[in-house]
Amino acid sequence: MEITSIVGQVQAFSVLSAGLLISFAALGTAIGFGLLGGKFLEGVARQPELGPMLMVRMFIVAGLVDAFAAISIVMGLLLFFAENSFLSNALLAVKPVVGA
Amino acid sequence: MTEGHVSPGQYIGHHLEHLSLNLKTFSLGEGGGFWTLNLDTFIVSVVIGVLLLVTLRLAATRMTEVPGKLQNFAEMLIEYVDTTVHEIVHHKTTFIPSLALTIFIWIFAMNAMDLLPVDFLPRILGVFGVPYFKSVPTADPNATFAMSLSVFALIVFFNIKAKKQHFVKEMLTFPFGPWLFPINFLFRIIEECVKPISLALRLFGNMFAGELIFILIAILPWWIQWGPGAIWAIFHILIITLQAFLFMMLTIIYLSMAHDTH
Repeated sequence: MEITSIVGQVQAFSVLSAGLLISFAALGTAIGFGLLGGKFLEGVARQPELGPMLMVRMFIVAGLVDAFAAISIVMGLLLFFAENSFLSNALLAVKPVVGA
Repeated sequence: MTEGHVSPGQYIGHHLEHLSLNLKTFSLGEGGGFWTLNLDTFIVSVVIGVLLLVTLRLAATRMTEVPGKLQNFAEMLIEYVDTTVHEIVHHKTTFIPSLALTIFIWIFAMNAMDLLPVDFLPRILGVFGVPYFKSVPTADPNATFAMSLSVFALIVFFNIKAKKQHFVKEMLTFPFGPWLFPINFLFRIIEECVKPISLALRLFGNMFAGELIFILIAILPWWIQWGPGAIWAIFHILIITLQAFLFMMLTIIYLSMAHDTH
């Protein structure tokens, strides 16, 4: 009985952390992209002739904003879909105790 | 994914496994700790690099008065990279533009391997008895760290070459003046060490993310795959170009920073 509760606990926390990883990454990039795009439009509206140059700079910053969020989202997706390494570690740890 | 007997977890796990060579025992598929060579990453990146080199070499040797398609394309690429470099770097250099061009086209081509269907190369090689194959070199942190550490070595080299003894002085006295030299030194060390790590992890993270999402799409039933697959592939074309461009841009910026004195 004990082992089921341990497995349940690990799985529950994994699901929560995966959700947090994905949602906060999405939230962060959404805010970042919103600010970036808004400022870009403002800049282009003020000085349309600088448009192409600003666009290149915007893409550079977009890449910077995007990068670490992508890592976080993928860690979340891995927890969701691939083998849960926390769970297998926990099972390995309890194996000698239960003797199964 | 068509066989019913492989679970999604196993399928993903299989696709995240490298074809590795243990350098101690020279046997395939064993983890040798530090002495493991990821053969798939190595072979694909070298083959791509050689192909690009040969193509550009061909374009260079067969230059004609009226440029053909290949020559036109190569010239456009070189001119673009050259103007980008000279917007940022203000001293005369032929090394940085060529480095930037190499980085850009090589990373772009390696990233573009992501657009091959995820099962394409592993299946074909699986027929010949290759157990695992990851076809995207830049989705392997070893490859991205190799590139970013080379860039880091160049940053240190350019710092020493451009500033000589002033380099030590700058490390100790910038930004807070000579009296706070331990803090200055610490700040400088952190600043320099963050560069290769962020360069490598940014590229790796994006490519790994892209590849994993393609794998997740491949788990879906076959009749629905094309929808999300097409959408993600189109979006991914933007990402692979952007990341290659970003790696090039940041390399140029770091190298020009190494050259400028404060």
